[in-house]
Amino acid sequence: MATLNQWAFIGMFIAVAWLLPVAPLVISWIFRPRRANAIKLQTYECGVETVGDTWVQFKVQYYIYGLIFLVFDIEVVFLFPWALAFNQLSLFGLAAGLLFVFFLSDALLYAWRKNALEWA
Amino acid sequence: METCINIISTFASCMVQSGTQPGLALFLQFLVGVILVASFPLVLVIILIWGERKIAARVQDRLGPNRVGPWGLFQNIADALKLITKEDITPAGADRVIFNAAPIIAMLAVILMWAVIPFSPVNVGVDLDLGVLYIIAVGSVGTLAIMMAGWASNNKYALLGAFRVTAQLVSYEVPMVMALLVPVLLASSMSLQQISYAQLGMWFIVVAPVAAFIFYVANLAETGRAPFDLIEAESELVAGYNIEYSGMKFGLFMATEFLHAFTANLLFTVLFLGSWSGPWATEVPFLGFVWLMLKTFVVYIPSLVLRATVPRVRIDQMMAFNWKFLVPLSILNLVVMATLVKVCQVAGIAPDAASASDFAANLPQAIILLLGNVAMVLVTLQVLRNAGRRERLKMEALMADTDRDALPAPAAHS
Amino acid sequence: MLEINLPLIVFAIFAVLAIGGALGVVGSRNLIHGALYLIVSLFGGAGLFVMLSAPFLAAVQVLVYIGAIAILIIFAVMLTRGMAQTKEVVNRQWWLSAILALVLLAVIGIAVVMPVWGPNGSNVVNLQVAETTAGVAELGIALVDGNQYVLPFEIASLLLTAAMIGAIVVARDD
Repeated sequence: MATLNQWAFIGMFIAVAWLLPVAPLVISWIFRPRRANAIKLQTYECGVETVGDTWVQFKVQYYIYGLIFLVFDIEVVFLFPWALAFNQLSLFGLAAGLLFVFFLSDALLYAWRKNALEWA
Repeated sequence: METCINIISTFASCMVQSGTQPGLALFLQFLVGVILVASFPLVLVIILIWGERKIAARVQDRLGPNRVGPWGLFQNIADALKLITKEDITPAGADRVIFNAAPIIAMLAVILMWAVIPFSPVNVGVDLDLGVLYIIAVGSVGTLAIMMAGWASNNKYALLGAFRVTAQLVSYEVPMVMALLVPVLLASSMSLQQISYAQLGMWFIVVAPVAAFIFYVANLAETGRAPFDLIEAESELVAGYNIEYSGMKFGLFMATEFLHAFTANLLFTVLFLGSWSGPWATEVPFLGFVWLMLKTFVVYIPSLVLRATVPRVRIDQMMAFNWKFLVPLSILNLVVMATLVKVCQVAGIAPDAASASDFAANLPQAIILLLGNVAMVLVTLQVLRNAGRRERLKMEALMADTDRDALPAPAAHS
Repeated sequence: MLEINLPLIVFAIFAVLAIGGALGVVGSRNLIHGALYLIVSLFGGAGLFVMLSAPFLAAVQVLVYIGAIAILIIFAVMLTRGMAQTKEVVNRQWWLSAILALVLLAVIGIAVVMPVWGPNGSNVVNLQVAETTAGVAELGIALVDGNQYVLPFEIASLLLTAAMIGAIVVARDD
């Protein structure tokens, strides 16, 4: 029950906290002037007219970074329980954790050697 | 039994003693706690922005805000009033719902982190068992808000900026989280309050300086501070993901940035600088809060000076620094720390639970871990020196071969 | 009889988020909107995990699915030229997937309603509410215990490595 109470606090926190950024927006909505016109609403590109579509194809490198990040993120999810229980682990447990890390360093090394970590 | 000493943390028991229904008392305690914890950062951010402008001004030989109020203290309140009365423009092609939701979510993500921060031995919003994991999870929502802002603006600069920032944030999250594993491992807990108590005997920056360094640098990048402030690369991306935002929505993004930077330093203090620990902190809880804030400013102010002095790095350099230096170092750090801690435990010199807050009992393990860290730093520096020399020789060979003008251009930006 | 109490209301909120988000995913033509609806749905799922006394799973859900996979999906959408805002239906097989989804729903429904869960084929399950931190630490021990899950643990690592190598091979030209 104690843990549920903790999360009830988080739930209430979310319920109240979103009002804090919304409050200034509402106050501003009441007081601010509204004199929009077509020129003002144009996309801002330093005075140059926008050419073509914004939502174009992006390069693959972003996806590769995202993917390597995802792999490490999942690794960390496995490692947090391991680190939490560390004091109670045997030497075998330590070795198992280190082997886990070793396999993933392999993956990083592969990405490095394949130049997948380069920006350009 | 709880008594009525500390008004906030024992609010409920005081009310129950005076005859209020327990459920209602708990609810009211939560409500008061939520409002206190959530509104504190908003008050703080006004002072933070003032301090940052003053310090940046002094570094650049200016005066900074000095007209509104004593020492310009009310300048930010004046700025906030101005932002509130500014016209708010949503560009014609924007995706309205996402465009408006993004600044709210960005700010919410930072405020939510404050829910689990221990302010003193007894005052903490909620001492969540999964505190560290919660902080990372909430932080990753902020990344999403930036992506939403950039995409919904329907502006090429905004989208490009958002994509770069997202790539930067997710990349630097890897070493940050790997460094976070070390305090969890040392304290055997993910609760920030437990990690604070575990540092009563020895601060974690002493036993794990490399992890602290990685966490600090990764946090600079996570919060978009110089030299990693590509978030607002005005020279190349005009302003980045928030280019189309005006009025109070823009103000929210700015406030979020300042607050996030401070929160990151606060977390650094909690995780590595002993949190609220200090003389008489356990006897007088309020002193703990004072210590915590003092320590946080000790690490926060250098980051401001850093911001005012160093140039911005290029994005390919920044990515290379992360993936080819910080990530391998954080992996090495985790392996070395885990091995040494286990060695200490097997050798029987690790402090047991009873003597964890005793300085002398912590000393043998601390010395071994510190030596391990020093060795790690020396090895890393040697590797870096060799890599640097190889790089320089390569460049010199290239210079000898080709005309100076025919050098390959620096990595193209896209 | 259902009694209206606070947990039920909270459950209803999260359930609406989860199902409404899922409907948004299949209903929206704009792929980015679909990705954002997916986040709403996953958030609802995270809330349900908390209510089931599994906050570790909830945190993992937010961390991995909302923090990493959703961003990866948005990156992937932006890799596809012009797919982000297509107005016409590209795929004509929606009815097939609708049938499949209904069949899956029926299977899950039968599994929930029919007495196949508890001991002796009864429908009653005695749930033990575990203390969470203990749960996570026990998970950590079990993951590296030679008699328990150490093999799946290491295989998970190998699987992640293989996934990364595969993705790099597919994504890069050389």
